Amino acid sequence: MNGASGSGQRLVVAGIFTAVVLIFLTRLFYVQVLEDSYTVSANNNVLRYMIDYPARGMVYDRKGKILAFNQAVYDLMVIPRQVKDLDTNEFCNLLGIPKDDFIVKMTKARTFSRVKSSIFEKQISAENYATFQEKLYKFHGFYVQPRTLRKYPSNTAAHVLGYIGEVNDDLISKNPYYRQGDYIGISGIEQSYEGELRGRRGVRIVMVDVFNREKGSYKSGQYDTIAVAGANLVSSLDADLQAYGEQLLANKVGSLVAIEPRTGEILAMISSPSYDPNLLVGRVRSKNYGVLLKDPLKPLFNRAMQAYYPPGSTFKLTNALASLQEGIITSSTSFPHSFSVGSHSVHCHPHPPIALEGAIQYSCNPYFCNTFRSFIDNKKFADSETGYNTWRNYQLSFGIGNKIGVDMPHELKGLIPTTAFYDKIYGQHHWKASTIYSLGIGQGELGITPMQMANIICIIANKGYYYTPHIIKKIAGKNNNSRGLAERHYTKISPQNFDIIHDGMQRVVEAGTARIAQFRDIIICGKTGTSQNPHGKDHSLFVGFAPRDNPRIAIAVMVENAGFGATWAAPIASLMMEKFMYDSISRPDLEDRMKKGVLIHMQDNSMEKKDDGIDAFYGPSLEEMIPHAPILLNESDAVSGDIEAEVNEIAFSDFTIENCEIPTKEKKPLPVNDVKVTMIKCEELRYYFG
Amino acid sequence: MRQQKSIFENIDWALVIMYLVFVLMGWLNIYAAVYNEDHQSIFDMTQNYGRQLLWIGTSLLIALAILVIDGKFFAAFSYPIYLTVLFILLIVLVIARDVQGARSWIEIGSFKLQPSEFAKFATNMALAKYLSTLGIRMEDVKTKLTAGLIVLIPMAFVLLQNDTGSALVFCAFVFVLYREGLSQNVLIFGFLAGVLFVLALMVPNLILLSVIGGLGFAAYLLMRKTRKNLMVILAITTLSCGVVFSVDFAFNKILQDHQRERINILLGKKSDPKGAGYNVNQSLIAIGSGGLIGKGYLQGTQTKYDFVPEQSTDFIFCTVGEEWGFAGTTFVLMMFLALLYRILFIAERQRSPYTRIYAYGVASILFFHVMVNVGMAIGLAPVIGIPLPFFSYGGSSLWSFTALLFILIKLDSYRMYILR
Repeated sequence: MNGASGSGQRLVVAGIFTAVVLIFLTRLFYVQVLEDSYTVSANNNVLRYMIDYPARGMVYDRKGKILAFNQAVYDLMVIPRQVKDLDTNEFCNLLGIPKDDFIVKMTKARTFSRVKSSIFEKQISAENYATFQEKLYKFHGFYVQPRTLRKYPSNTAAHVLGYIGEVNDDLISKNPYYRQGDYIGISGIEQSYEGELRGRRGVRIVMVDVFNREKGSYKSGQYDTIAVAGANLVSSLDADLQAYGEQLLANKVGSLVAIEPRTGEILAMISSPSYDPNLLVGRVRSKNYGVLLKDPLKPLFNRAMQAYYPPGSTFKLTNALASLQEGIITSSTSFPHSFSVGSHSVHCHPHPPIALEGAIQYSCNPYFCNTFRSFIDNKKFADSETGYNTWRNYQLSFGIGNKIGVDMPHELKGLIPTTAFYDKIYGQHHWKASTIYSLGIGQGELGITPMQMANIICIIANKGYYYTPHIIKKIAGKNNNSRGLAERHYTKISPQNFDIIHDGMQRVVEAGTARIAQFRDIIICGKTGTSQNPHGKDHSLFVGFAPRDNPRIAIAVMVENAGFGATWAAPIASLMMEKFMYDSISRPDLEDRMKKGVLIHMQDNSMEKKDDGIDAFYGPSLEEMIPHAPILLNESDAVSGDIEAEVNEIAFSDFTIENCEIPTKEKKPLPVNDVKVTMIKCEELRYYFG
Repeated sequence: MRQQKSIFENIDWALVIMYLVFVLMGWLNIYAAVYNEDHQSIFDMTQNYGRQLLWIGTSLLIALAILVIDGKFFAAFSYPIYLTVLFILLIVLVIARDVQGARSWIEIGSFKLQPSEFAKFATNMALAKYLSTLGIRMEDVKTKLTAGLIVLIPMAFVLLQNDTGSALVFCAFVFVLYREGLSQNVLIFGFLAGVLFVLALMVPNLILLSVIGGLGFAAYLLMRKTRKNLMVILAITTLSCGVVFSVDFAFNKILQDHQRERINILLGKKSDPKGAGYNVNQSLIAIGSGGLIGKGYLQGTQTKYDFVPEQSTDFIFCTVGEEWGFAGTTFVLMMFLALLYRILFIAERQRSPYTRIYAYGVASILFFHVMVNVGMAIGLAPVIGIPLPFFSYGGSSLWSFTALLFILIKLDSYRMYILR
């Protein structure tokens, strides 16, 4: 019938079949061979990256005491889909949460995902976990995930140790290593040794099915990486000494830095008021942080490295050394008993005619003003500017005006004015030694951190060199040679020039302003200071080292608004020295008086005088002028890199002529602190001699 | 006429071997799709691959039985078989339980049967029987109507079962009718209607209507202005406009929600990779991630870890694509093409019109299944749940495809005994 005529139709039908198959093959070629995105999607479906968190490195003190370790805590996880037959009452009771909380948390977890796990309760302590664990089998869909929390068992050295916190989005975008939920050191050595402490995260790639159930490792684990635990660090800190120093500075505002001069190892670094480092750990961190941040005494602020103080009389030492080296004075040079500039004059109390040693012993202001003037205005220099620059270079070699390179974050440079700075205030060639003589006695536009003061004392103790002060001496059992710590830094002063300074400093303790610092038979070299503070009572200062031969400890103590250096700073320093060298105290009465001294109330009066225009030119106001605490301790900023520069900029910008109304208008020598200095010096001496 | 010496005499071994290869490949891929470490025994009757072994075994028995039966039986009993199946389809409508929206299963104890699968070859037999009757001419209106009814009645029953996919398969018989003399215009109109359907959903009606009008006018200008041409142009233009108007209605009122969604997703008018588009999206990911040579047998993560739903039945092609890559999919498609060519070749060598028509029916049904099933898996056809012949898991479908093919093999082996 149609049999014969069918060949045409057969071709058409076969043609249609072929056409469809060809269309399919083309599509398949595109989907399978040309297009890659499907492979990515398949991997996204099936691969899960499980992170193995390495334990953060521990920190020990120089005697092997633990300063920081990791405590196990447990995050309770929930997979909402798997929760069934839950006895909510029992569950809530065991966990110690109200039922409303349970509903809120459960809803949150469900909203996030029904099949993926989310954190139900964070950081359950090991004790609570123990009771909970026995009943865990009853609670389907719940499981625990061990995590670690940082613990600081010695409860000391908060500023040194710093703290850790979860990384923020900003940091994740900058540093590809970090992932959401990772912890990072935010201040202290937790920050500066983050790279060593954190170790390396491990990643296990597993495959999951459509219900997110784990189905084994991907490609037999050939792309997995093993977690490497963080390195353990040995700190140079002496935890006992540190704790002792914190007791001595309790209820005082101030700072203390003790260094072993031979090595640059920091034995104690204290900023008071301090806080318990465990306050900034775990669930309570953000709440406590807020409280600490609002405290007017700024406990989060590490004064030892971030506060500028005028060095006061302690600065006479570097001044004398520079002058000796430059040949301006010799050990036998003496000056008239007064120093005058125009109508102002600097006097001293009556004492026999003195040379350099005596001048240090009696902290003679006219002597050092005269020395300073002889230096700056010396004929051997073309002009005062050259003189000043030469003098300034000596000071720079003591580590002032630059970061020393301490292995801690947020170190400040210190302020020591440049000639450009004075040119700006007085006009070029319109200033000379008589304009800025207060620098000679450590006042004026100087700002030095306690850390720098302690380092200067190390240099003096070592007769001319220092190792960069540092907190960490060993990393994973090996000596810490990172950050140039093994390198010896020399000053511009020859070693023989130090002997006369040592003589003078020894006299200060034996027969001068710091006799209170003597203990046992140790020969101590020291120098008190009482630095001007327009906002209130003067700051009490002491720097020194002991013993004189083969010094074991160099120390700088600064107690804010505490008056004379000899009243608080010198005894505290002396007690620290004795504690370090003998581990016992021979002067319990003095110790008791220091511990019980309450000096923080004095700070409050100071705020009232703040609007005095001239204040800006008194050295001590520097700290107030720099809004460090809020900037430095703002969490997001603190981790975002080099903000020290920013802080310094603010500090210097406050010094620009625009901000200094009175001198700008009048362009005359500043009514610096000459009269007042004299008064105070005499008072101080009367206190001890009279 | 003499009796066959053996039941295997004159059997087309090429078809038999292709059948066995398909079934084996199908089983291997079902094993891969369901594979998990807990159930590794291939005879595990709790798993699809274990049960599929049972279906394969019984299918071979069915094949053998068909080869044993006298070759004349099928032509003689075409109508009774057709009527029986129709009757069963009616019963199904009454007694079947609702399974995922469709009422197409007969349950006898734990044994489940899908009669619509058998309606395909029964219809094929009845159509072949009718069209091969002496004196029947395709040109007659009566012939067209009767042939149409033979196809449309079971199709309607299956549609009533709400098994749209299986019902659409009956459209494949248009190839049979075409081979037996139906005008090629039917194919062309069908194609045009399909294109218009898609265009009507994609393009605003006004634009589409203007284009149709424009094309009609252009045709009028270009062609010779005979009365016949004018009529044709007018008819086509009017019909096209009618299709365009009816599409909106059909799409919005007749189609069910899920069907509408699937078509929208296919046309890219809507994207819903987690909801209605999930199947196709995961299927494409599985096939696409296979690459040129695949991930290796039992290494397909998409299928092994259940990301693709229905992977041992409707989406079995994903497993091929993922584990065997482009090489595997090409091989399978070329095998199907070879099978279809072979069937067409066999069809044309017959003296008996019944066998020829039946063969065309087999080719058309197989082709339609492959086209829709594979098209669905690679995102070229809407999601319509029909099995890939010989591959997909399922007793009813494997039995029915086996019967469909082996009846042809039996009929073909009789070709020498049929007088013209």
